[in-house]
Amino acid sequence: MRGRTVFSVALIFALLAAFPGWAADADTVKIGAILSVTGPNANLGTPEARTLQMLVDRANASGGIAGRTVELFLRDSQGDTGKAISFAKELIEEQQVLAIIGPSTSGESMKLKGLCNDSETILLSCAAAETIVNPVAKWVFKVAPKDSFAAQMIFQTMKNMGISRIGVLTSNSGFGQGGKAQIEKLAPESGITVGISEVYDKDATDLTGVLTKIRGENVQAVVNWSTEPAQAIIVKNMKQLGFDVPLFQSHGFGNLAYVAAAGKAAEGLIFPAGRVLVADTLPASNPQKKVLMDYRSAYIGLFKDEPSTFGGHAFDAFTILAEAVSKAGTDRNKVRDSIEEIKGLVGITGIFTFSPADHNGLSMDAFEMLTVKNGRFTPLAP
Amino acid sequence: MGGAQFFQYFLSGVATGSIYAIVGIGFNIIYNATGMINFAQGEFLMLGGMMAISLQTFLPLPLAITAAVAATGLLGVAMQIVFLSWLRKPDVLRMIIITIGLSILIREAALHVWDEKVHALAFWTGDETSSLAVLGARLSPQLLWVLVISGLMVAGLTLFFRFTLTGKAMRACASNGTAARLCGIKAPRLVTLSFFIAAAMGALAGCVVSPITQTQYDMGMSLAVKGFTCAVLGGLGNVGAAVAAGILVGVLESASIAVLPLAYKDVVALTIMLAILLVRPQGLFAGIGRKSGPLGQAHGGA
Repeated sequence: MRGRTVFSVALIFALLAAFPGWAADADTVKIGAILSVTGPNANLGTPEARTLQMLVDRANASGGIAGRTVELFLRDSQGDTGKAISFAKELIEEQQVLAIIGPSTSGESMKLKGLCNDSETILLSCAAAETIVNPVAKWVFKVAPKDSFAAQMIFQTMKNMGISRIGVLTSNSGFGQGGKAQIEKLAPESGITVGISEVYDKDATDLTGVLTKIRGENVQAVVNWSTEPAQAIIVKNMKQLGFDVPLFQSHGFGNLAYVAAAGKAAEGLIFPAGRVLVADTLPASNPQKKVLMDYRSAYIGLFKDEPSTFGGHAFDAFTILAEAVSKAGTDRNKVRDSIEEIKGLVGITGIFTFSPADHNGLSMDAFEMLTVKNGRFTPLAP
Repeated sequence: MGGAQFFQYFLSGVATGSIYAIVGIGFNIIYNATGMINFAQGEFLMLGGMMAISLQTFLPLPLAITAAVAATGLLGVAMQIVFLSWLRKPDVLRMIIITIGLSILIREAALHVWDEKVHALAFWTGDETSSLAVLGARLSPQLLWVLVISGLMVAGLTLFFRFTLTGKAMRACASNGTAARLCGIKAPRLVTLSFFIAAAMGALAGCVVSPITQTQYDMGMSLAVKGFTCAVLGGLGNVGAAVAAGILVGVLESASIAVLPLAYKDVVALTIMLAILLVRPQGLFAGIGRKSGPLGQAHGGA
């Protein structure tokens, strides 16, 4: 009898020891990251993962954030929402992370929004859809600029070019559908008519059929909104069809790898993106120039590869989190409040100013209109 | 819709359809030789494309393609000898499971040997911006290559089965295995040959479409499904009918894009195929002028 009682008490203690979760672990900062490192969105997730690892290593080498070591739990969701959800549950329940950086895509972010909000885990999404922070969820933040800004910049440029009738192609991913909604909402305000709008499957490999249909509608420009390889395929298909109107891409095009995939066909296409892609052409007076040039040389030095706007999102997410933790410690409520108080933080994507109502912190001038010339990104001549 | 527009849709439909047809032909060749359905057929296209892409970095393109085709053919042979030659009687369930398992195996192996990224072979002529004007339609020269290669493959097969001794021997095995053996025809060798032909053809098709549809480690499955439906639609075992069915499916898909939102492309093609199969399950062209035989020729005294 007594032996059994002792045993059960000992068992209970052992179990308690095995789950130290509620004991506040103030000495390390646990950060989770769910990114699409491989898979169709690898051009987003790979630079994000690399940048994050680079920053964590750098932080730990200089004593961590405010004296606390950073522990990074990186998970590859491959752009799959199912995997993203199960990794999120693992990070929240087992690893008990303070915050999750990512996911890389809008579709996954929307699925994690409710989950993170309910479990009071800070989510710093690297994805673009406006719906991630509108309506605002207390624990959910976004460091990528809004797709509505991107659409507005595109329409502004179109007005300057005298374009009034467009064809719209979007992928059926969360990002594509977010873009489609924004385009259709904002086009009339800029006096632009959407002549035809088609959705393609994110795994599509040949889009000449739908481009033929769009060409038949006598449009003056084509807008494509996706992050998949289809971005490069559409570029090639248009040239093969001899379809010579201006092509506008979304800010999902912000990785030189897409230009490489599209080859010569990419010359002359137009898209809004963060300034990191053209950092060397910025004047010294630009407030972001130093941060951008430092990031560029660090990334190229470590990875022998051009940085992209996506790596910039991971950079900003980590920097914002580090700022908040160094000010507020590791209590998650205080960190969350501290993020909302951030004003004028110079990041890669732009300058961040958060508030309880604004969990994105960016304005339209996070974007610059770029084009492709000789296989490189250059600012679009106004 | 103007004439040029219509022709544009039609041409791209025929090109897509001919790829489905090639996959369907691959199914039919192996079915005729062994009574088996080889669900790994789609993977041959993927392997041919991937191998050519790897080889093109240090071989001139034609050599890279030839090497890839030969290598895939040999892989098909190896597959048959190792996994399938001991199946005495085509037990339907077993062979389905084995070949599906093989397709998964090949897919995962490809993922490890290469990666999960999308790759593309260099364009055979011109580059990604080349555009030919044909009767008012504009298309990439690669699309013409697809049509030419598919046509050559079908023509080559027809000649092979009709005029060469080996081809006739394969037809003999397919129509009456016992009689063929009594004539001294070695059936097992011909089965292996049929796998080589199916795999090599698939590889060549994979190489010719790679510049326009890109190649990725998991492209085989959906191609296999479409190709198999074409084979069944035409009547299983009838190679000529598979070509016709493939082109029909391709043109239907293209037509649906013109009329309906793109999202319904696959739905329309599959629905029409389902409808045809409900009405005529033996296939559209079944029983038209032949009984069995690799190319559907009538035989005996008929």
